[in-house]
Amino acid sequence: MVVLADEKRYVLVQGITGREGSFHTKLMIEYGTKIVAGVTPGKGGLNVHGVPVYDSVENALKKHPEINSSIVFVPAPFTLDAIYEAIDNGIKLIVVITEHIPLHDEVKLVHYAKKHSVIIIGPNTPGIISPSICKIGIMPASAFSKGSIGIISRSGTLTYEVAYSLAKVGFGQTTAIGIGGDPITGLTLLEAAELFEEDEETKAIVVIGEIGGVMEEELAKAYARGKISKPIVTYIAGKYAPPGKRMGHAGAIITMGMGSYESKIRAFKNAGVAIAKTPYEIPKLVSKVLKNAH
Amino acid sequence: MEILEYEAKNIFKDYNIPIPAGFTISSIDKLNREKADSLGFPLIVKAQVPVSGRGKAGGILKVNNFKELKLITSKLLKCTIKGIPVRTVLIEKFLKVIKEYYVAFTIDYSLRNIVFLASTEGGVDIEETIKEKPYLLHKVPIDPYIGLKDYVVRNIAYKLGIPKNNVRSFTFIARAMFNMFREFDAELVEVNPLALTDKGLYALDVRIIIDENSLFRQKDKLLKYISREMFRGKTAKEEKAKTLGLSYVELDGNVGVIGNGAGLTMATMDLIGLHGMRPACFLDIGGGASKARVKEAVNILLENPKVKAVFINIFGGITRCDEVALGIVEALKQAKLVKLLVVRIKGTRDKEARLILKQNNVEAYEDIEGALEKLRSLMVI
Repeated sequence: MVVLADEKRYVLVQGITGREGSFHTKLMIEYGTKIVAGVTPGKGGLNVHGVPVYDSVENALKKHPEINSSIVFVPAPFTLDAIYEAIDNGIKLIVVITEHIPLHDEVKLVHYAKKHSVIIIGPNTPGIISPSICKIGIMPASAFSKGSIGIISRSGTLTYEVAYSLAKVGFGQTTAIGIGGDPITGLTLLEAAELFEEDEETKAIVVIGEIGGVMEEELAKAYARGKISKPIVTYIAGKYAPPGKRMGHAGAIITMGMGSYESKIRAFKNAGVAIAKTPYEIPKLVSKVLKNAH
Repeated sequence: MEILEYEAKNIFKDYNIPIPAGFTISSIDKLNREKADSLGFPLIVKAQVPVSGRGKAGGILKVNNFKELKLITSKLLKCTIKGIPVRTVLIEKFLKVIKEYYVAFTIDYSLRNIVFLASTEGGVDIEETIKEKPYLLHKVPIDPYIGLKDYVVRNIAYKLGIPKNNVRSFTFIARAMFNMFREFDAELVEVNPLALTDKGLYALDVRIIIDENSLFRQKDKLLKYISREMFRGKTAKEEKAKTLGLSYVELDGNVGVIGNGAGLTMATMDLIGLHGMRPACFLDIGGGASKARVKEAVNILLENPKVKAVFINIFGGITRCDEVALGIVEALKQAKLVKLLVVRIKGTRDKEARLILKQNNVEAYEDIEGALEKLRSLMVI
């Protein structure tokens, strides 16, 4: 089994006529993803790489009732509306590639999705890929290969990097999930880990985190409590990064010292998670935790 | 984006939140005795810089007469606070404070929600106090679709022990702050302290941070309040990068780091650090960078005298490696200063990219190890 990106995904591309939307529609089709329709308001009737384009999600669903997932390339000022449209039409998995979405819009979309039991991947994500089965995203396919490692990442490029270095030593992935690089995302690190925990084929989980936010600390706590039992290897980017901007007193008060590189490393260390100093150390640690698990 | 206190206070004024009477000046020649006298001494002189800990750094002072005001103002206008030159000072009427509160609206990343924060422990030491006594902070999540409920604000007022006569004023201020928070796409609207005086509640010090991703819909409104350049607290190069859609932060090392994606760029900095070298900057060209954007990015580093070597680490997804390669080559063609340059490039259209780079005599690697080794050997020479 794989998680989220399986062979039953019939995908709608929102913002299909834009530069990136069109380019990656082509690459997803070449990968074997079932892209069945696209939407760009005002561009209905067009055709992008053989995919019919509709003016609205409603029209697309009328013609293609099998659509159950969407990938969003719509520019940031209009992304929230595009997500409302997908949710209101009953789509339950939405991958949001768009970056630079206003924070207040992100709060709204996360709430709206939760209320309607919709899984949002991202925003600002490379998407999800189950190698040789389904890719709903923009990652370069050549970096990924089929196997038994689950990857969860807050960073796009680092995900490719890590998948590629794992592949070099023979470790493929069940699924790689880019949860997105923004401070607020739909699916969290912990929720993604829970999906892999329930997936029989996944033997170990690689978590690529970075400074800021508190998702790593939440995952570490759940791991320490035994909520996640599969071995985890983690790398946190940003040891040498300059400290980020502080949000008045409120930022410091809310996080109570969480969110820094040290805080995340401490949380994972206390939980007994294997920590890589560089992304390129991950394959070695994955071999080690898999050996120990047997 | 953090705006200055007096600009934030102008917004507060437009939301009818009581703030102390005052005026700003940017040149000591403009200091007007009548204006100061009409406020009445003592006065508070506040340096306008967008950094926290301003008071503790000597940027906020009380003056008792015009002579002191002139001396302190001219001194502040010549100094820098935490590296940022003081271009404007705010001169305000001094208010006698009975009690200080802390009130803020912000977004809690852990709850992924808007939160209303309030405490009886307003003042400069709020952080330390709350760390030791977290129960002194009241934190209420707010449904973004419902907004701020009246009873929530009233309950907070009772918990803070706001005097009965001032509860209405408190609920008015909290609601106005929340409206401001939403209408300005703020990451933070903070009043610290909200002061109880014998004339009622006053917002003595305020902070507003605007979400930069919302500027497309906020810019026009903000320009009414923000008189000077929008991106303060940054170096000239950082500002230039910003307008080009690049994310650039200067550091103290000598290896310029360019990457695509914040994660990979940070990881590349980590690698440079772990290999005993020091990064000179963080420059993220973002996703799907065009040839022109890459060219500008490389140019920024090539023009920086602190940079001895440039290390470019690209793993292309939405970013097309051949575009990056063409951008690098164009930048080199126009470069005035010769720097060491090592490129590691992998991902979408990487073979084409490495070919382009090799044809132009640029060292290009597929694997990070080889690239780092090359960089190290060059840096030793």
